[in-house]
Amino acid sequence: MAIELIAGAIKAIVILLLVLNLSAVLLWFERKGSALIQDRVGANRAAVFGIGKKLGLPNLGFQNTLMADPLKLFTKEDFVPEGADKFLHALGPFLALFPVLIAFAVVPFGDSIVIAGHTIQLQAASINAAALYILATIGVGVYGVALGGWASNNRWALLGGVRATAQMISYEIAMGLAIIALIITYGTLDLQEIVHQQGGVWFGWLPRWGIFLQPVAFIMLLTAGMAESKRVPFDLPEGESELIAGYFVEYSGGKQAAFMLTDFAEVVLAAVLLTLFFFGGWQIPWLYHGGFYLGSHHLLLPRVVVVIMGVIAFWVKVLLLCWLQLLIRWTLPRFRYDQLMHLGWKGLVPLGLLNVLITAFVVVMVSGAAH
Amino acid sequence: MPPALFIFLAVVAILSSLGVVIQRNPVHCLLALIMTLISIGALFVALDAVAVGFLQIIVYVGAIMVLFLFVIWLLNLQTEEAPAGNLALKFFATIAVAAMAAELFAIVSKSRTALGAQTVTSGYGSIDSLAQTLFGQYLMAFETTSILLLVAVIGAVAVARRALPDRPRTAPTEGRPT
Amino acid sequence: MVSYGWIMALSAAIFTIGVAGVLLRRNILVMFMSIELMLNAVNLAFVTLARRMGSMDGQVIVFFVMTVAAAEAAVGLAIIISIFRNRETVNADELRLMKW
Repeated sequence: MAIELIAGAIKAIVILLLVLNLSAVLLWFERKGSALIQDRVGANRAAVFGIGKKLGLPNLGFQNTLMADPLKLFTKEDFVPEGADKFLHALGPFLALFPVLIAFAVVPFGDSIVIAGHTIQLQAASINAAALYILATIGVGVYGVALGGWASNNRWALLGGVRATAQMISYEIAMGLAIIALIITYGTLDLQEIVHQQGGVWFGWLPRWGIFLQPVAFIMLLTAGMAESKRVPFDLPEGESELIAGYFVEYSGGKQAAFMLTDFAEVVLAAVLLTLFFFGGWQIPWLYHGGFYLGSHHLLLPRVVVVIMGVIAFWVKVLLLCWLQLLIRWTLPRFRYDQLMHLGWKGLVPLGLLNVLITAFVVVMVSGAAH
Repeated sequence: MPPALFIFLAVVAILSSLGVVIQRNPVHCLLALIMTLISIGALFVALDAVAVGFLQIIVYVGAIMVLFLFVIWLLNLQTEEAPAGNLALKFFATIAVAAMAAELFAIVSKSRTALGAQTVTSGYGSIDSLAQTLFGQYLMAFETTSILLLVAVIGAVAVARRALPDRPRTAPTEGRPT
Repeated sequence: MVSYGWIMALSAAIFTIGVAGVLLRRNILVMFMSIELMLNAVNLAFVTLARRMGSMDGQVIVFFVMTVAAAEAAVGLAIIISIFRNRETVNADELRLMKW
């Protein structure tokens, strides 16, 4: 009992720190990556006592993004606009950040390991209805944005907040439909179980990943995930050229840092969901419980090594999908608001329903034929 | 569920529902209601009704309360001033509420709800068993509910849409309090 | 495991608070929210008793109550918007067109 408690606490802390650090690293990715894409240099000035320059190393902007920016953000004056609701203004950023962070509690980032006779899942909370939990936390994440926009006593913030809320609840439906199709395919709501079912290969070479079973759901979840995190091309609520900064125009300092962190944490969450559902999670092709098995050859490995390789594979896949989202951000122009709504309601929802219908039909036929 | 968890959730639920009734600003009332709904959802999950608990948070907190929030924004409701209303109404309402509270307390304390199963079968409350009961025994009610939702959506749109140029509108000055 | 009587008492308490809200508040939206409180108190009672009996029927009823509450919220809020457009008030005391 005690060991499970300690393991649970360690898992929770580890995954929280991982997500927060990954968000910070993504911020650096974004600045330098967008600079690469846009054929410019990006941030490269800040340095600690000029050490990098003295040693002749190129300045990659690490000190800028990871030291100077957070320092600036957290030491800025934190003001509340006149006439604004103080309590709600302070509550907004944290109400936006909290659901996104707790959504990571059910993410399995590795296979189960056995320590001192106890089987420990590499998942902070192993609940049976994990997919429902993720939908629930994403649903609650709407309120931070809504209240942040409304409590700023600023009409542009309110416009941004209203747009953001409408956009988020519209694309929640598309996300839900994509997840429903996946639940029908895998027959379970438990995320670890879904990842387990993606092990193995077809025809000896094609990994049994979800993307080959549900390509439509992949497109839907990618689109809906980017729309939920209000990133370009769906960043009209933040509309940098129209609404100044939309719903967080009246926020400065630590609270704005919280909103930014929400943005990147949701990028990581979307990438994690895509990895878990479509790219096999921590599964590596041909790597099974005991080692590599390829046809008649096999390479036996100790269990710990297999599990660690799974964890590394998971985070590599997540990083690649985060990079995909950053790439999409810096390539596509912004959607107009009515185009956005049309895509959500008239495009993705019928597509999702059709997908669910076809999936259910195929699953029933296949399982009927198997009997 | 362990008593400590229940006491915590019960205190949160009661304090936030008191907050709904007492606060002057409608948005604060809404936030208190959201907290109440989340604590009741947590109570559902602690009572092994996992599917219904998460559905409560997805549907109630994630959708219906957003609808309320939009309406509060649309009507631009501000903080209310000092409580209005005649004193007689409040007096009799208080008596009625106190009587109802006493009656409920009497019923609950005299009933034998303390007895009953303490553990449940595995798979109770999972979405599996909910779906089996819903689509098995209550299929008719389920289909009727879907039609009900369709009717509600159409009705809401029909009631709340603005007057079209060719549609007659009632004069807005009738019956305004003097 | 907590005795079911306590949970029923909690449900009764939340229901009473909801009734107090409907009777004592004059803002229609807050009255509506108090009605939602009452519905949720009843949901809690249903789930508790369903667990006590080990049957899933109580949870199915809760599912339907949630759905009906959603439909009712949609229509009710549409009516409130329509009233506000005509009367410019959400105070229930001022909607007295049909009183003698």
